[in-house]
Amino acid sequence: MVEFLDIINVGLFAAAIRMATPIASAALGGIFSERAGIINIGLEGMMLTGAFAGVAASFFSGNPWLGVLAAILVGGLLGLLHALLTVKFVVDQVVSGTGINIFALGFTAYMSQVIWGSRGASESVNGLEVVPIPVLSDIPVIGNIIGSHTPLVYLIIIVTVLSYIVLFKTPIGLRIRAVGEHPAAADTAGIDVFRTKYLCVMVSGMLAGFGGVFLSLGHLHIFTWGMTGGRGFIALAAMIFGQWMPFGAFGASILFGFADALQMRLQALGLLPPQIILTIPYVLTIAVLAGVVRKARPPSNYKPYVKE
Amino acid sequence: MAEEMRQLIPRAKQMLRGFFARIPSELRKIIPQIIAIILAFLVGAIVLQVTGYSPLEAYSALITGAFGDVFGIGQTFTQATPIIFTALAFLFAFKSGLFNIGAEGQLLVGGFAAALVGISFAGLPTLIHVPMALLAGAFTGGLWGFIPAILKIKLGAHEVITTMMLSYVAFYVTGYMVNYPYKAPGWVSQTVPIAPSAELPRILQPTQLSASIFIAVILVVLTYYTLQKTTLGYEVRAIGLNPAAAESGGINIKRGMILALVISGAMAGLGGAGEILGVHRRFIEGFSPGYGWDGLAVALVGGLNPVGVLIAAVLFGALRSGGMVMTRVTRVPLDIVSILQALVILFVAAPMLIKYLLRKGGIKWSSS
Repeated sequence: MVEFLDIINVGLFAAAIRMATPIASAALGGIFSERAGIINIGLEGMMLTGAFAGVAASFFSGNPWLGVLAAILVGGLLGLLHALLTVKFVVDQVVSGTGINIFALGFTAYMSQVIWGSRGASESVNGLEVVPIPVLSDIPVIGNIIGSHTPLVYLIIIVTVLSYIVLFKTPIGLRIRAVGEHPAAADTAGIDVFRTKYLCVMVSGMLAGFGGVFLSLGHLHIFTWGMTGGRGFIALAAMIFGQWMPFGAFGASILFGFADALQMRLQALGLLPPQIILTIPYVLTIAVLAGVVRKARPPSNYKPYVKE
Repeated sequence: MAEEMRQLIPRAKQMLRGFFARIPSELRKIIPQIIAIILAFLVGAIVLQVTGYSPLEAYSALITGAFGDVFGIGQTFTQATPIIFTALAFLFAFKSGLFNIGAEGQLLVGGFAAALVGISFAGLPTLIHVPMALLAGAFTGGLWGFIPAILKIKLGAHEVITTMMLSYVAFYVTGYMVNYPYKAPGWVSQTVPIAPSAELPRILQPTQLSASIFIAVILVVLTYYTLQKTTLGYEVRAIGLNPAAAESGGINIKRGMILALVISGAMAGLGGAGEILGVHRRFIEGFSPGYGWDGLAVALVGGLNPVGVLIAAVLFGALRSGGMVMTRVTRVPLDIVSILQALVILFVAAPMLIKYLLRKGGIKWSSS
């Protein structure tokens, strides 16, 4: 028991913030897509492709920031594909997302073998370094928990605030939500429904790609097979738990990030078999969904919109 | 030269149009599927070419590997067998409007339960032992389908997320079992072999094709019959088409959805049991290369029709068995198979995309 209590320390909370970042980013992506009326099951695949693209770009250029850019770009492209399929060609949203997930898993594993000759893991590349925030990082405890991370962690906090402002305090956000809730009315009001959906799903993919690259370049500095491990689905759960609101989703992500961090530390402790510990984030996700979803109501009408 | 080319295009279009017009209407229904498969292979060829492999060599190795000789054909059907189960699983839930994307996990727990029964009751007559192990697999898979069903009905948890999460849980829990309590001596994470009395016979030595394929075919017939001719099937389809109308028509939609997911999970679990009893004869960690996902693709390519599933499963079995030969011969990474699979899913799900492409080519393939 003493050993168990030992892992609950400042490092655990810092790790929780770190592990919350990719989930929060993808969850924000989920919000943009769903607010515009498109379910994005493909978050998982977009994250994974982002994680891969980031490492590949850093491998070839030596610059991890180009990796971040590549991840956002590739995520956006997959978002565009999802939008094209679901909006223009009226493909079932879950089927399209699942197709993207399978594609991502196959494509990244394939390319990993082409580039590094290994399916399991890439070579180690230049990753993002920790940048302590001046003053804040000097404060004991708090500084250690939130003051010493890679810049992506701080960025995602800014993105969360920005997402809230864009979605709920600007005319653009009003249009997005109108398109999601009542596309026909939005159309009558002169809003370009299709363009809005395209943009939102692309932003969704970019955010997922950003979350993915955090896993690869912000943490381990390598790409490994299927390294997102269902975090795209956990992000969907965080989005639902957070009632499709940016701050809510961010808060939920911290809960899941905490489970992830706890899981890693428990593994290092070796008290329980790793396989049992590894189930913790998934069981928690199911429990959270089962516990809160009844009260959660999707904000949008997800039926494909067909112009009269 | 350019002028000639320009004249050629309308003539080619005309020929294609004539060709399409002559296809009987029954066959014409599956044109989108065929075009989807061709498109997927075309895009796959681009991926191969760009990454420095010869698509022609890769594809010909794949096809000869899958159908070139009796061994290849046997292995193709071996690979097709579990896919038939998972495809029926996806299909059955889908008919009630539910997405069971967790067939992979249901297959794993079903396989493990079958292995446990197969190991435990050594000495039973085969006629009792095999059905017992199969039943254990179906029951456990059904249980794995019951959890998301009850969470959906009682608490509103979306089954896409819960079935997926449960797949991870299944992977790790069975992984724990074969690394700790049921680990066989040695380095490999696997159980000890099942008793001979629990083995499903191999029907085409030296391939791994087992009697599980008969169970798969029977299940195809049963699924078709259940969906088309029984009250349960009628209810399931009614719920899938319009839950509100089904409910006002007196159908208990909660019961229907639970049954659909439980049966779906049981089908995948039975498939896992067949794999263990027929092919591997023990539970090996990670024995499924992704049969659950294959099932989803096959259900869609098969037009969500049990008989279509049977045909599409052979195609995807060929991708798996031929893919292994292709990797051995040409060194192309096996994951190209997953890429092809995903592309087939995306193209098949987009009949409007295919219509759009055909229209661009000036071809009308159906009256609608």
